[in-house]
Amino acid sequence: MNWFSLFLDPNTQWILMGSMLLGLSSGVIGSFAYLRKQSLMGDALSHAALPGVCLAYMLTGTKSIFFFLIGAIIAGILATAAIGYITRNSRIKQDSALGIILTVFFGVGIVLLTQIQHSNSGNQSGLDKFLFGHAASMVKLDVYTIAGISAVLVVLCFLFFKEFKLLSFDPGFAKGIGLPTILLDQFMMLLIVTAVVIGIQAVGVVLMAALLITPAVAARYWTEKLHVMVILAGLFGAFSGFVGTVVSSMVNNLPTGPLIVLSATVLFIISVLAAPNRGVLAKTRLRVSAKSEYQPLTNQRVKEKSL
Amino acid sequence: MAFPLTVNNLTVAYQKKPVLEDISFRVPEGKLIGIIGPNGAGKSTLIKAILELIPSITGDVAIFGESYKKTRKRVGYVPQRESVDWDFPTDALDVVMMGRYGHLGWFKRPDKKDKAHAMECLDQVGMSQYAHRQISQLSGGQQQRVFLARALAQDAEIYFMDEPFVGVDAATEKAIIALLMKLKSQGKTVLVVHHDLNTVKEYFDWIMLLNVKLIGIGPTEKLFTKDYLQKTYGGSLTMLDSNTSPIIVSPR
Ligand SMILES: Nc1ncnc2c1ncn2[C@@H]1O[C@H](COP(=O)(O)OP(=O)(O)OP(=O)(O)O)[C@@H](O)[C@H]1O
Ligand SMILES: [Mg+2]
Repeated sequence: MNWFSLFLDPNTQWILMGSMLLGLSSGVIGSFAYLRKQSLMGDALSHAALPGVCLAYMLTGTKSIFFFLIGAIIAGILATAAIGYITRNSRIKQDSALGIILTVFFGVGIVLLTQIQHSNSGNQSGLDKFLFGHAASMVKLDVYTIAGISAVLVVLCFLFFKEFKLLSFDPGFAKGIGLPTILLDQFMMLLIVTAVVIGIQAVGVVLMAALLITPAVAARYWTEKLHVMVILAGLFGAFSGFVGTVVSSMVNNLPTGPLIVLSATVLFIISVLAAPNRGVLAKTRLRVSAKSEYQPLTNQRVKEKSL
Repeated sequence: MAFPLTVNNLTVAYQKKPVLEDISFRVPEGKLIGIIGPNGAGKSTLIKAILELIPSITGDVAIFGESYKKTRKRVGYVPQRESVDWDFPTDALDVVMMGRYGHLGWFKRPDKKDKAHAMECLDQVGMSQYAHRQISQLSGGQQQRVFLARALAQDAEIYFMDEPFVGVDAATEKAIIALLMKLKSQGKTVLVVHHDLNTVKEYFDWIMLLNVKLIGIGPTEKLFTKDYLQKTYGGSLTMLDSNTSPIIVSPR
Protein backbone atom coordinates (compact mmCIF):
# COMPACT_ATOMS: atom_id res chain seq x y z
CA MET A 1 0.00 0.00 0.00
CA ASN A 2 1.15 3.51 -0.74
CA TRP A 3 2.02 5.73 2.25
CA PHE A 4 0.13 8.70 1.01
CA SER A 5 -3.16 7.09 0.14
CA LEU A 6 -3.13 5.66 3.62
CA PHE A 7 -3.34 9.08 5.25
CA LEU A 8 -5.98 10.27 2.83
CA ASP A 9 -8.35 7.49 3.75
CA PRO A 10 -10.79 9.01 6.28
CA ASN A 11 -11.25 5.69 8.01
CA THR A 12 -7.53 5.37 8.65
CA GLN A 13 -7.42 8.95 9.83
CA TRP A 14 -9.98 8.11 12.47
CA ILE A 15 -8.20 5.02 13.59
CA LEU A 16 -4.90 6.88 13.77
CA MET A 17 -6.50 9.57 15.85
CA GLY A 18 -7.96 6.96 18.20
CA SER A 19 -4.65 5.22 18.82
CA MET A 20 -2.84 8.49 19.29
CA LEU A 21 -5.28 9.74 21.91
CA LEU A 22 -5.12 6.36 23.60
CA GLY A 23 -1.33 6.56 23.71
CA LEU A 24 -1.53 10.11 25.04
CA SER A 25 -3.81 9.30 27.97
CA SER A 26 -1.95 6.07 28.77
CA GLY A 27 1.36 7.92 28.89
CA VAL A 28 -0.04 10.60 31.18
CA ILE A 29 -1.65 8.20 33.65
CA GLY A 30 1.22 5.77 33.38
CA SER A 31 3.61 8.48 34.60
CA PHE A 32 1.90 8.59 37.96
CA ALA A 33 1.61 4.80 38.16
CA TYR A 34 5.34 4.50 37.43
CA LEU A 35 6.36 7.15 39.98
CA ARG A 36 4.19 5.50 42.61
CA LYS A 37 5.99 2.23 41.87
CA GLN A 38 2.77 0.66 40.71
CA SER A 39 4.02 -0.56 37.34
CA LEU A 40 3.28 -4.14 38.31
CA MET A 41 -0.12 -3.10 39.56
CA GLY A 42 -0.89 -1.74 36.09
CA ASP A 43 0.11 -5.08 34.65
CA ALA A 44 -2.11 -6.95 37.09
CA LEU A 45 -5.05 -4.63 36.43
CA SER A 46 -4.81 -5.02 32.67
CA HIS A 47 -4.59 -8.80 32.83
CA ALA A 48 -7.39 -8.91 35.37
CA ALA A 49 -9.55 -6.89 33.00
CA LEU A 50 -9.84 -9.78 30.54
CA PRO A 51 -12.23 -12.04 32.50
CA GLY A 52 -14.29 -8.98 33.46
CA VAL A 53 -14.62 -7.91 29.85
CA CYS A 54 -15.45 -11.44 28.68
CA LEU A 55 -18.12 -11.84 31.35
CA ALA A 56 -19.59 -8.47 30.42
CA TYR A 57 -19.82 -9.65 26.82
CA MET A 58 -21.35 -13.00 27.76
CA LEU A 59 -23.98 -11.38 29.97
CA THR A 60 -24.97 -8.50 27.72
CA GLY A 61 -24.16 -9.96 24.31
CA THR A 62 -22.93 -6.56 23.12
CA LYS A 63 -19.51 -5.10 22.54
CA SER A 64 -20.04 -1.90 24.46
CA ILE A 65 -17.16 -0.07 26.08
CA PHE A 66 -19.44 0.98 28.91
CA PHE A 67 -20.28 -2.61 29.92
CA PHE A 68 -16.67 -3.63 29.41
CA LEU A 69 -15.63 -0.89 31.78
CA ILE A 70 -18.01 -2.12 34.45
CA GLY A 71 -16.77 -5.68 34.01
CA ALA A 72 -13.13 -4.59 34.11
CA ILE A 73 -13.67 -2.41 37.19
CA ILE A 74 -15.34 -5.26 39.09
CA ALA A 75 -12.54 -7.62 38.08
CA GLY A 76 -9.98 -4.96 39.05
CA ILE A 77 -11.56 -4.47 42.48
CA LEU A 78 -11.62 -8.23 43.05
CA ALA A 79 -8.00 -8.54 41.95
CA THR A 80 -6.73 -5.71 44.18
CA ALA A 81 -8.77 -7.00 47.11
CA ALA A 82 -7.33 -10.49 46.59
CA ILE A 83 -3.79 -9.10 46.38
CA GLY A 84 -4.36 -7.13 49.57
CA TYR A 85 -5.83 -10.17 51.34
CA ILE A 86 -2.90 -12.39 50.37
CA THR A 87 -0.24 -9.88 51.45
CA ARG A 88 -1.97 -9.22 54.75
CA ASN A 89 -2.77 -12.79 55.70
CA SER A 90 0.21 -14.75 54.49
CA ARG A 91 3.94 -14.36 54.27
CA ILE A 92 3.73 -13.87 50.52
CA LYS A 93 5.12 -10.49 49.46
CA GLN A 94 3.18 -8.10 47.29
CA ASP A 95 5.06 -8.77 44.04
CA SER A 96 4.47 -12.50 44.33
CA ALA A 97 0.83 -11.93 45.22
CA LEU A 98 0.52 -9.72 42.12
CA GLY A 99 2.03 -12.51 40.03
CA ILE A 100 -0.37 -15.12 41.40
CA ILE A 101 -3.49 -13.01 40.93
CA LEU A 102 -2.41 -11.80 37.50
CA THR A 103 -1.99 -15.34 36.16
CA VAL A 104 -5.16 -16.67 37.80
CA PHE A 105 -7.31 -13.86 36.39
CA PHE A 106 -5.67 -14.05 33.01
CA GLY A 107 -6.15 -17.82 32.93
CA VAL A 108 -9.85 -17.45 33.71
CA GLY A 109 -10.03 -14.77 31.02
CA ILE A 110 -8.52 -17.08 28.41
CA VAL A 111 -10.97 -19.85 29.32
CA LEU A 112 -13.90 -17.44 28.95
CA LEU A 113 -12.50 -16.09 25.69
CA THR A 114 -12.20 -19.59 24.25
CA GLN A 115 -15.74 -20.28 25.38
CA ILE A 116 -17.02 -17.18 23.58
CA GLN A 117 -15.21 -18.05 20.38
CA HIS A 118 -16.71 -21.51 20.33
CA SER A 119 -20.20 -20.16 20.73
CA ASN A 120 -22.16 -18.96 17.71
CA SER A 121 -21.95 -15.24 18.21
CA GLY A 122 -18.25 -15.44 19.02
CA ASN A 123 -16.99 -15.64 15.49
CA GLN A 124 -18.03 -12.16 14.57
CA SER A 125 -17.44 -10.68 17.98
CA GLY A 126 -13.81 -9.81 17.32
CA LEU A 127 -13.10 -10.59 20.93
CA ASP A 128 -10.15 -12.71 19.86
CA LYS A 129 -8.45 -9.43 19.04
CA PHE A 130 -8.59 -8.45 22.71
CA LEU A 131 -5.37 -10.23 23.51
CA PHE A 132 -3.05 -8.33 21.18
CA GLY A 133 -5.25 -5.62 19.78
CA HIS A 134 -6.35 -4.81 16.28
CA ALA A 135 -6.77 -1.12 15.67
CA ALA A 136 -8.18 -1.63 12.18
CA SER A 137 -11.27 -3.28 13.65
CA MET A 138 -12.24 -0.04 15.36
CA VAL A 139 -15.31 1.60 13.88
CA LYS A 140 -16.10 5.29 14.05
CA LEU A 141 -18.16 4.96 17.21
CA ASP A 142 -15.30 3.16 18.95
CA VAL A 143 -12.95 5.96 18.02
CA TYR A 144 -15.38 8.57 19.31
CA THR A 145 -15.66 6.74 22.61
CA ILE A 146 -11.92 6.26 22.94
CA ALA A 147 -11.24 9.88 22.05
CA GLY A 148 -13.86 11.16 24.50
CA ILE A 149 -12.70 9.00 27.38
CA SER A 150 -9.02 9.75 26.70
CA ALA A 151 -9.77 13.46 26.79
CA VAL A 152 -11.57 13.07 30.12
CA LEU A 153 -8.63 11.09 31.54
CA VAL A 154 -6.12 13.74 30.48
CA VAL A 155 -8.27 16.57 31.86
CA LEU A 156 -8.66 14.74 35.18
CA CYS A 157 -4.89 14.31 35.45
CA PHE A 158 -4.51 18.01 34.74
CA LEU A 159 -7.07 19.00 37.37
CA PHE A 160 -5.67 16.70 40.04
CA PHE A 161 -2.05 17.33 39.08
CA LYS A 162 -1.06 18.90 42.40
CA GLU A 163 -2.78 16.19 44.44
CA PHE A 164 -1.40 13.35 42.32
CA LYS A 165 2.07 14.83 42.59
CA LEU A 166 2.00 15.00 46.37
CA LEU A 167 0.45 11.54 46.63
CA SER A 168 3.19 10.11 44.42
CA PHE A 169 6.07 11.83 46.19
CA ASP A 170 5.06 11.71 49.85
CA PRO A 171 1.78 9.95 50.66
CA GLY A 172 2.36 10.35 54.41
CA PHE A 173 2.60 14.12 54.13
CA ALA A 174 -0.39 14.16 51.78
CA LYS A 175 -2.45 12.35 54.38
CA GLY A 176 -1.16 14.68 57.07
CA ILE A 177 -2.42 17.80 55.33
CA GLY A 178 -5.80 16.19 54.92
CA LEU A 179 -5.89 14.75 51.41
CA PRO A 180 -8.16 11.69 51.28
CA THR A 181 -5.28 9.47 50.21
CA ILE A 182 -7.20 6.20 50.14
CA LEU A 183 -9.88 7.72 47.95
CA LEU A 184 -7.32 9.35 45.65
CA ASP A 185 -5.47 6.05 45.44
CA GLN A 186 -8.61 4.27 44.32
CA PHE A 187 -9.41 7.08 41.94
CA MET A 188 -6.02 6.59 40.30
CA MET A 189 -6.66 2.86 40.01
CA LEU A 190 -9.94 3.65 38.34
CA LEU A 191 -8.18 5.87 35.82
CA ILE A 192 -5.71 3.07 35.08
CA VAL A 193 -8.49 0.51 34.60
CA THR A 194 -10.32 2.93 32.33
CA ALA A 195 -7.21 3.42 30.20
CA VAL A 196 -6.82 -0.35 30.00
CA VAL A 197 -10.41 -0.83 28.85
CA ILE A 198 -10.28 1.77 26.10
CA GLY A 199 -6.96 0.29 25.04
CA ILE A 200 -8.29 -3.26 24.76
CA GLN A 201 -9.35 -2.94 21.15
CA ALA A 202 -6.25 -1.26 19.80
CA VAL A 203 -3.53 -2.68 22.04
CA GLY A 204 -4.99 -5.67 23.86
CA VAL A 205 -4.87 -6.62 27.54
CA VAL A 206 -1.51 -8.37 27.34
CA LEU A 207 0.44 -5.31 26.28
CA MET A 208 -1.65 -2.49 27.68
CA ALA A 209 0.53 -2.30 30.79
CA ALA A 210 3.54 -1.71 28.53
CA LEU A 211 1.82 1.24 26.88
CA LEU A 212 1.11 2.66 30.35
CA ILE A 213 4.63 2.34 31.69
CA THR A 214 7.13 2.41 28.79
CA PRO A 215 6.44 6.01 27.65
CA ALA A 216 6.65 7.15 31.28
CA VAL A 217 9.97 5.43 31.89
CA ALA A 218 11.34 6.86 28.63
CA ALA A 219 10.12 10.37 29.50
CA ARG A 220 11.75 10.19 32.95
CA TYR A 221 15.14 10.12 31.23
CA TRP A 222 14.70 13.52 29.61
CA THR A 223 13.63 15.73 32.47
CA GLU A 224 13.72 16.48 36.17
CA LYS A 225 10.35 18.22 36.17
CA LEU A 226 7.17 16.29 36.75
CA HIS A 227 4.95 18.28 34.43
CA VAL A 228 7.47 18.00 31.59
CA MET A 229 7.71 14.28 32.21
CA VAL A 230 3.94 13.83 32.11
CA ILE A 231 3.60 15.81 28.87
CA LEU A 232 6.53 13.98 27.28
CA ALA A 233 5.13 10.60 28.29
CA GLY A 234 1.84 11.60 26.67
CA LEU A 235 3.62 12.62 23.46
CA PHE A 236 5.69 9.43 23.43
CA GLY A 237 2.51 7.40 23.89
CA ALA A 238 0.76 9.26 21.08
CA PHE A 239 3.75 8.81 18.79
CA SER A 240 3.88 5.08 19.54
CA GLY A 241 0.16 4.80 18.82
CA PHE A 242 0.67 6.57 15.52
CA VAL A 243 3.66 4.53 14.33
CA GLY A 244 2.20 1.21 15.49
CA THR A 245 -1.08 1.81 13.73
CA VAL A 246 0.52 2.98 10.49
CA VAL A 247 2.86 -0.02 10.33
CA SER A 248 0.10 -2.47 11.14
CA SER A 249 -2.16 -1.10 8.42
CA MET A 250 0.65 -1.26 5.88
CA VAL A 251 1.72 -4.79 6.70
CA ASN A 252 -1.19 -7.13 6.39
CA ASN A 253 -2.71 -8.65 9.49
CA LEU A 254 -0.05 -7.70 11.99
CA PRO A 255 -1.68 -7.05 15.37
CA THR A 256 -1.44 -3.39 16.41
CA GLY A 257 -0.66 -3.85 20.09
CA PRO A 258 2.82 -5.36 19.71
CA LEU A 259 3.72 -2.77 17.08
CA ILE A 260 2.64 0.13 19.29
CA VAL A 261 4.58 -1.29 22.21
CA LEU A 262 7.61 -1.90 19.99
CA SER A 263 7.55 1.74 18.90
CA ALA A 264 7.39 2.79 22.54
CA THR A 265 10.31 0.48 23.27
CA VAL A 266 12.36 2.06 20.50
CA LEU A 267 11.67 5.47 22.06
CA PHE A 268 12.72 4.03 25.40
CA ILE A 269 16.02 2.73 24.01
CA ILE A 270 16.75 6.06 22.36
CA SER A 271 16.03 7.77 25.67
CA VAL A 272 18.32 5.47 27.64
CA LEU A 273 21.14 6.16 25.22
CA ALA A 274 20.72 9.75 24.15
CA ALA A 275 18.93 11.63 26.93
CA PRO A 276 20.85 14.58 28.39
CA ASN A 277 22.20 14.07 31.93
CA ARG A 278 20.52 10.72 32.64
CA GLY A 279 21.32 8.98 29.35
CA VAL A 280 24.20 6.53 29.03
CA LEU A 281 26.06 8.64 26.46
CA ALA A 282 25.74 11.85 28.47
CA LYS A 283 26.94 10.09 31.62
CA THR A 284 29.95 8.67 29.83
CA ARG A 285 30.78 12.05 28.35
CA LEU A 286 30.49 13.66 31.78
CA ARG A 287 32.78 11.09 33.33
CA VAL A 288 35.37 11.57 30.62
CA SER A 289 35.30 15.35 30.85
CA ALA A 290 35.48 15.26 34.65
CA LYS A 291 38.54 13.09 34.34
CA SER A 292 40.27 15.34 31.83
CA GLU A 293 39.53 18.41 33.90
CA TYR A 294 40.96 16.76 36.93
CA GLN A 295 44.13 15.68 35.15
CA PRO A 296 45.92 19.07 34.87
CA LEU A 297 45.51 19.59 38.58
CA THR A 298 47.25 16.36 39.49
CA ASN A 299 49.93 17.02 36.89
CA GLN A 300 50.59 20.39 38.40
CA ARG A 301 50.98 18.93 41.81
CA VAL A 302 53.49 16.45 40.49
CA LYS A 303 55.41 19.23 38.82
CA GLU A 304 55.50 21.31 41.98
CA LYS A 305 56.85 18.38 43.85
CA SER A 306 59.56 17.71 41.34
CA LEU A 307 60.60 21.33 41.50
CA MET B 1 -6.51 29.37 76.20
CA ALA B 2 -6.46 25.75 75.07
CA PHE B 3 -3.24 23.76 75.21
CA PRO B 4 -1.49 23.30 71.86
CA LEU B 5 -1.49 19.55 72.39
CA THR B 6 -3.46 17.32 74.72
CA VAL B 7 -3.23 13.54 74.54
CA ASN B 8 -5.46 11.31 76.66
CA ASN B 9 -5.03 7.57 77.20
CA LEU B 10 -3.53 6.98 73.79
CA THR B 11 -2.82 3.33 72.97
CA VAL B 12 -1.48 2.20 69.61
CA ALA B 13 -0.69 -1.28 68.32
CA TYR B 14 0.46 -2.53 64.94
CA GLN B 15 -0.02 -6.14 65.97
CA LYS B 16 -1.31 -7.58 69.23
CA LYS B 17 1.25 -6.03 71.51
CA PRO B 18 0.81 -2.27 71.96
CA VAL B 19 3.79 -0.14 70.97
CA LEU B 20 2.36 2.82 72.86
CA GLU B 21 0.49 2.21 76.08
CA ASP B 22 -1.91 4.58 77.74
CA ILE B 23 -0.09 7.81 76.97
CA SER B 24 -1.51 10.98 78.52
CA PHE B 25 0.12 14.37 78.59
CA ARG B 26 -0.33 18.05 77.90
CA VAL B 27 2.05 20.42 76.21
CA PRO B 28 2.10 24.14 77.02
CA GLU B 29 2.60 26.85 74.44
CA GLY B 30 5.98 28.15 73.29
CA LYS B 31 8.12 25.18 74.27
CA LEU B 32 10.85 23.36 72.40
CA ILE B 33 10.37 19.76 73.44
CA GLY B 34 12.69 16.83 72.86
CA ILE B 35 11.11 13.39 72.52
CA ILE B 36 13.64 10.91 73.82
CA GLY B 37 13.73 7.15 73.99
CA PRO B 38 15.51 4.08 72.61
CA ASN B 39 14.96 2.63 69.11
CA GLY B 40 11.52 1.13 68.84
CA ALA B 41 10.23 3.14 71.81
CA GLY B 42 7.35 4.39 69.70
CA LYS B 43 8.50 7.95 69.08
CA SER B 44 7.67 7.96 65.38
CA THR B 45 4.50 6.03 66.14
CA LEU B 46 3.43 8.68 68.65
CA ILE B 47 3.76 11.44 66.06
CA LYS B 48 1.99 9.39 63.39
CA ALA B 49 -0.86 8.57 65.77
CA ILE B 50 -1.27 12.21 66.75
CA LEU B 51 -1.40 13.19 63.07
CA GLU B 52 -3.84 10.33 62.40
CA LEU B 53 -1.51 8.74 59.89
CA ILE B 54 -2.08 5.46 61.70
CA PRO B 55 -5.15 4.43 63.70
CA SER B 56 -5.02 4.26 67.48
CA ILE B 57 -6.86 1.69 69.58
CA THR B 58 -8.00 4.02 72.32
CA GLY B 59 -7.50 7.57 73.39
CA ASP B 60 -8.04 10.98 71.96
CA VAL B 61 -5.85 13.82 70.81
CA ALA B 62 -6.73 17.49 70.84
CA ILE B 63 -4.72 20.17 69.10
CA PHE B 64 -5.56 23.63 70.34
CA GLY B 65 -8.56 22.04 72.01
CA GLU B 66 -10.00 20.65 68.81
CA SER B 67 -9.70 17.52 66.73
CA TYR B 68 -6.81 17.33 64.30
CA LYS B 69 -9.23 17.37 61.38
CA LYS B 70 -10.16 20.94 62.26
CA THR B 71 -6.67 22.16 63.10
CA ARG B 72 -4.61 20.63 60.27
CA LYS B 73 -3.57 23.99 58.92
CA ARG B 74 -1.98 24.91 62.22
CA VAL B 75 0.20 21.78 62.26
CA GLY B 76 3.56 21.27 60.56
CA TYR B 77 5.25 17.90 60.08
CA VAL B 78 8.78 16.79 59.21
CA PRO B 79 8.80 13.04 58.51
CA GLN B 80 11.90 10.85 58.71
CA ARG B 81 13.91 11.47 55.57
CA GLU B 82 13.85 7.84 54.41
CA SER B 83 10.07 7.96 54.15
CA VAL B 84 10.19 9.12 50.53
CA ASP B 85 12.01 8.18 47.31
CA TRP B 86 14.28 11.13 46.53
CA ASP B 87 14.68 10.16 42.90
CA PHE B 88 11.47 11.97 42.04
CA PRO B 89 11.33 14.43 39.14
CA THR B 90 11.19 17.65 41.11
CA ASP B 91 13.49 20.27 42.62
CA ALA B 92 14.03 21.55 46.14
CA LEU B 93 11.84 24.62 45.75
CA ASP B 94 8.96 22.51 44.48
CA VAL B 95 9.15 20.22 47.50
CA VAL B 96 9.07 23.20 49.84
CA MET B 97 6.07 24.50 47.91
CA MET B 98 4.23 21.31 48.89
CA GLY B 99 4.09 22.81 52.36
CA ARG B 100 1.63 25.34 50.92
CA TYR B 101 -0.72 22.72 49.45
CA GLY B 102 -2.68 22.35 52.67
CA HIS B 103 -3.54 26.05 52.53
CA LEU B 104 -4.41 26.00 48.84
CA GLY B 105 -7.25 23.52 48.70
CA TRP B 106 -8.36 21.46 45.74
CA PHE B 107 -7.39 22.27 42.15
CA LYS B 108 -5.67 25.57 42.98
CA ARG B 109 -2.05 25.95 41.90
CA PRO B 110 0.55 27.72 44.01
CA ASP B 111 1.04 31.32 42.80
CA LYS B 112 3.90 33.82 42.92
CA LYS B 113 3.29 34.60 46.58
CA ASP B 114 3.53 30.93 47.55
CA LYS B 115 6.71 30.65 45.53
CA ALA B 116 8.27 33.66 47.21
CA HIS B 117 7.27 32.28 50.59
CA ALA B 118 8.79 28.89 49.78
CA MET B 119 11.98 30.61 48.68
CA GLU B 120 12.12 32.45 52.00
CA CYS B 121 11.78 29.18 53.88
CA LEU B 122 14.59 27.64 51.84
CA ASP B 123 16.68 30.66 52.69
CA GLN B 124 16.00 30.21 56.40
CA VAL B 125 17.56 26.74 56.28
CA GLY B 126 20.45 28.05 54.19
CA MET B 127 19.42 26.24 51.03
CA SER B 128 18.41 29.05 48.68
CA GLN B 129 21.29 28.40 46.28
CA TYR B 130 19.99 24.84 45.81
CA ALA B 131 16.41 25.87 45.03
CA HIS B 132 16.47 24.49 41.50
CA ARG B 133 18.63 21.46 42.16
CA GLN B 134 16.99 18.10 41.50
CA ILE B 135 16.33 16.55 44.89
CA SER B 136 18.25 13.32 44.34
CA GLN B 137 21.35 15.44 43.72
CA LEU B 138 21.21 16.87 47.24
CA SER B 139 23.21 15.36 50.08
CA GLY B 140 21.35 13.63 52.90
CA GLY B 141 21.69 16.62 55.21
CA GLN B 142 20.51 18.97 52.47
CA GLN B 143 17.47 16.79 51.87
CA GLN B 144 16.73 16.94 55.57
CA ARG B 145 16.90 20.74 55.40
CA VAL B 146 14.50 20.76 52.45
CA PHE B 147 12.00 18.83 54.53
CA LEU B 148 12.46 21.32 57.34
CA ALA B 149 11.87 24.20 54.94
CA ARG B 150 8.70 22.50 53.74
CA ALA B 151 7.44 22.35 57.31
CA LEU B 152 8.27 26.05 57.74
CA ALA B 153 6.27 26.79 54.60
CA GLN B 154 3.26 25.24 56.32
CA ASP B 155 3.15 28.31 58.56
CA ALA B 156 2.07 26.19 61.47
CA GLU B 157 1.78 26.90 65.17
CA ILE B 158 2.79 23.46 66.35
CA TYR B 159 5.49 21.40 64.67
CA PHE B 160 6.30 17.69 64.83
CA MET B 161 9.78 16.74 63.64
CA ASP B 162 10.99 13.18 63.40
CA GLU B 163 14.78 13.10 63.77
CA PRO B 164 15.52 16.28 61.82
CA PHE B 165 19.21 16.11 62.72
CA VAL B 166 20.04 12.74 61.21
CA GLY B 167 22.89 13.16 58.75
CA VAL B 168 23.14 16.89 59.35
CA ASP B 169 26.58 18.34 60.09
CA ALA B 170 27.29 20.05 63.41
CA ALA B 171 27.18 23.60 62.02
CA THR B 172 23.86 23.01 60.29
CA GLU B 173 22.48 21.38 63.40
CA LYS B 174 23.27 24.51 65.38
CA ALA B 175 21.70 26.68 62.68
CA ILE B 176 18.53 24.58 62.70
CA ILE B 177 18.35 24.70 66.49
CA ALA B 178 18.66 28.49 66.32
CA LEU B 179 15.76 28.44 63.86
CA LEU B 180 13.66 26.25 66.16
CA MET B 181 14.42 28.57 69.07
CA LYS B 182 13.21 31.44 66.94
CA LEU B 183 9.95 29.58 66.29
CA LYS B 184 9.68 29.02 70.01
CA SER B 185 10.18 32.69 70.75
CA GLN B 186 7.31 33.42 68.36
CA GLY B 187 5.11 31.37 70.68
CA LYS B 188 5.13 28.23 68.54
CA THR B 189 5.39 24.76 69.97
CA VAL B 190 7.98 22.42 68.52
CA LEU B 191 8.29 18.69 69.29
CA VAL B 192 11.48 17.06 68.09
CA VAL B 193 12.46 13.40 68.17
CA HIS B 194 16.09 13.49 69.21
CA HIS B 195 18.74 10.81 69.73
CA ASP B 196 21.87 12.62 70.85
CA LEU B 197 21.65 12.74 74.63
CA ASN B 198 24.74 14.93 74.82
CA THR B 199 22.96 17.92 73.37
CA VAL B 200 19.59 17.51 75.08
CA LYS B 201 20.31 19.95 77.87
CA GLU B 202 21.55 22.58 75.49
CA TYR B 203 18.66 22.35 73.02
CA PHE B 204 15.42 21.64 74.83
CA ASP B 205 13.60 23.36 77.64
CA TRP B 206 11.24 20.43 78.01
CA ILE B 207 11.75 16.75 77.38
CA MET B 208 9.46 13.79 77.00
CA LEU B 209 10.85 10.40 77.95
CA LEU B 210 9.19 7.57 76.11
CA ASN B 211 9.54 3.83 76.05
CA VAL B 212 6.20 2.27 75.11
CA LYS B 213 4.88 3.96 78.25
CA LEU B 214 5.36 7.60 79.03
CA ILE B 215 8.19 7.76 81.57
CA GLY B 216 7.89 11.46 82.11
CA ILE B 217 7.40 14.86 80.57
CA GLY B 218 8.47 18.20 81.94
CA PRO B 219 11.29 20.72 82.24
CA THR B 220 14.65 19.33 81.17
CA GLU B 221 16.45 20.14 84.42
CA LYS B 222 13.89 18.09 86.35
CA LEU B 223 13.75 15.07 84.08
CA PHE B 224 17.18 14.80 82.52
CA THR B 225 18.65 12.83 85.37
CA LYS B 226 20.36 9.49 85.69
CA ASP B 227 17.30 7.93 87.31
CA TYR B 228 14.87 8.92 84.64
CA LEU B 229 17.22 8.04 81.80
CA GLN B 230 17.93 4.63 83.30
CA LYS B 231 14.20 4.07 83.54
CA THR B 232 13.76 5.05 79.87
CA TYR B 233 16.65 3.14 78.41
CA GLY B 234 16.58 0.27 80.88
CA GLY B 235 19.82 -1.54 81.59
CA SER B 236 21.11 -0.77 78.11
CA LEU B 237 22.56 2.52 79.20
CA THR B 238 25.89 3.01 80.88
CA MET B 239 26.62 6.42 82.25
CA LEU B 240 29.47 8.25 83.78
CA ASP B 241 28.40 10.87 86.20
CA SER B 242 30.68 13.74 85.36
CA ASN B 243 29.56 16.38 87.82
CA THR B 244 25.94 17.02 86.94
CA SER B 245 25.41 16.04 83.33
CA PRO B 246 25.19 12.37 82.57
CA ILE B 247 27.48 11.36 79.73
CA ILE B 248 26.43 8.37 77.76
CA VAL B 249 29.13 5.80 77.29
CA SER B 250 27.48 2.94 75.44
CA PRO B 251 23.87 3.29 74.53
CA ARG B 252 23.29 -0.07 72.92
N1 LIG C 1 4.45 -0.55 60.16
C1 LIG C 1 4.73 -1.25 61.27
N2 LIG C 1 4.21 -2.50 61.43
C2 LIG C 1 4.46 -3.21 62.53
N3 LIG C 1 5.21 -2.78 63.57
C3 LIG C 1 5.76 -1.55 63.47
C4 LIG C 1 5.54 -0.72 62.31
N4 LIG C 1 6.20 0.44 62.50
C5 LIG C 1 6.79 0.34 63.70
N5 LIG C 1 6.53 -0.85 64.29
C6 LIG C 1 6.99 -1.27 65.62
O1 LIG C 1 6.54 -0.32 66.55
C7 LIG C 1 7.53 -0.03 67.52
C8 LIG C 1 7.75 1.46 67.58
O2 LIG C 1 8.29 1.92 66.34
P1 LIG C 1 8.68 3.42 66.09
O3 LIG C 1 9.04 3.54 64.66
O4 LIG C 1 7.61 4.30 66.62
O5 LIG C 1 9.98 3.57 66.99
P2 LIG C 1 10.90 4.84 67.19
O6 LIG C 1 10.85 5.18 68.63
O7 LIG C 1 10.56 5.89 66.21
O8 LIG C 1 12.31 4.20 66.85
P3 LIG C 1 13.59 4.84 66.11
O9 LIG C 1 14.37 5.53 67.16
O10 LIG C 1 14.32 3.63 65.63
O11 LIG C 1 13.11 5.71 65.01
C9 LIG C 1 8.75 -0.84 67.13
O12 LIG C 1 8.83 -1.95 67.98
C10 LIG C 1 8.50 -1.27 65.72
O13 LIG C 1 9.02 -2.55 65.51
MG1 LIG D 1 11.46 6.72 64.48
